[in-house]
Amino acid sequence: MNKPFNNKAWFFVLPVFLLVAISAIIPLMTVVNYSVQDTFGNNVFYWAGTEWFKEVLHSSRFHDALGRNLLFSAIILAIEIPLGIAIALTLPKKGIWVPVCLILMALPLLIPWNVVGTIWQVFGRADIGLLGYTMLKLGVDYNYATKVFDAWATIIVMDVWHWTSLVVLLCYSGLVSIPEAYYQAARIDGASKWKVFKYIQLPKIKRVLLIAVLLRFMDSFMIYTEPFVLTGGGPGNSTTFLSIDLVKTAIGQFDLGPAAAMSIIYFLIVLLLSWVFYTVMENYGAEKPDSRVEQD
Amino acid sequence: MNLSWMAWTSPTAYFFLTIVGLLSMMCVWEAIKPGGGPRVGILRFETTRGDRLFLSLLGSAFIHLAWLGLIGSNLWWALGASLLYAVLVFKFV
Repeated sequence: MNKPFNNKAWFFVLPVFLLVAISAIIPLMTVVNYSVQDTFGNNVFYWAGTEWFKEVLHSSRFHDALGRNLLFSAIILAIEIPLGIAIALTLPKKGIWVPVCLILMALPLLIPWNVVGTIWQVFGRADIGLLGYTMLKLGVDYNYATKVFDAWATIIVMDVWHWTSLVVLLCYSGLVSIPEAYYQAARIDGASKWKVFKYIQLPKIKRVLLIAVLLRFMDSFMIYTEPFVLTGGGPGNSTTFLSIDLVKTAIGQFDLGPAAAMSIIYFLIVLLLSWVFYTVMENYGAEKPDSRVEQD
Repeated sequence: MNLSWMAWTSPTAYFFLTIVGLLSMMCVWEAIKPGGGPRVGILRFETTRGDRLFLSLLGSAFIHLAWLGLIGSNLWWALGASLLYAVLVFKFV
């Protein structure tokens, strides 16, 4: 293979490398340094070794927060992915309603996280919020600030409202790229709507669906702002996810050593899951040469 | 330049120097044998030398954490297990 090879290209990478070094590598190094020491401020540090890592690994608070994160991500994926596909299937493929629907779908994505939290905080209040007031009038004793189930339900509905559009738009882009000839062939064969979905639409949107799953999993696993604004991690610790717990430890309690150790463990979990999803994404959709021959 | 806010210690400095050393060695390896050495191993998909180093480092981090959480503080055994794991990754993955 005669590929042109020019080492001058490295100079173009240099600015990005410097930017990443300042914004990511140096802070990461600092976190590693903090994770093996204790401090009471004024840049005075005391060696603690692996003490904080042991403390975090044996901490029920960390285990609980991790469990909540995994449960939350599983619920979010179980709702948003099927719902996103279903909405994408119902959207018009041509005509004047296409831009209208797409803009409506994109609107929640344009709202900043903290604003979403504030909107739902007000929306859910029984005294001034439409949702809280309606629930009250319907006789439902709804209060996201004092009831665990209500808090979880509100956060899940809020996330579904905010992010299902992303899945819809990704799936829609996959659906509109399917040539009309596939549908014509299916009609000639008398295929039902379910068969069309199973054998034409789903295989064709597989790649974008994997991207949607990856994005939604990672984003829901690192969720912070919306639940922090809405419930502040409560009632009790019922909506305290890893990121909220981390901020509480680092800023609320000023336990920088344990917070740094927790950050590193959290980072490693995110890195592992990212790698798993990336690998699945790269290899699951890849067509084998044999299968290509069969299709031809 | 005052870097006291970064709270450097000798062990963490050695740790990062080791990472930099490993990356430099990978660069030298790539210069001697370009192409990344792609192959399909026991994971049944193509990996390069960089992938294998990444898997070795990530796996080593989890081996150390598991050792610390389940067995105890003597991490020399965890280091030994990590080195063995890295050899196996470079050999079979």
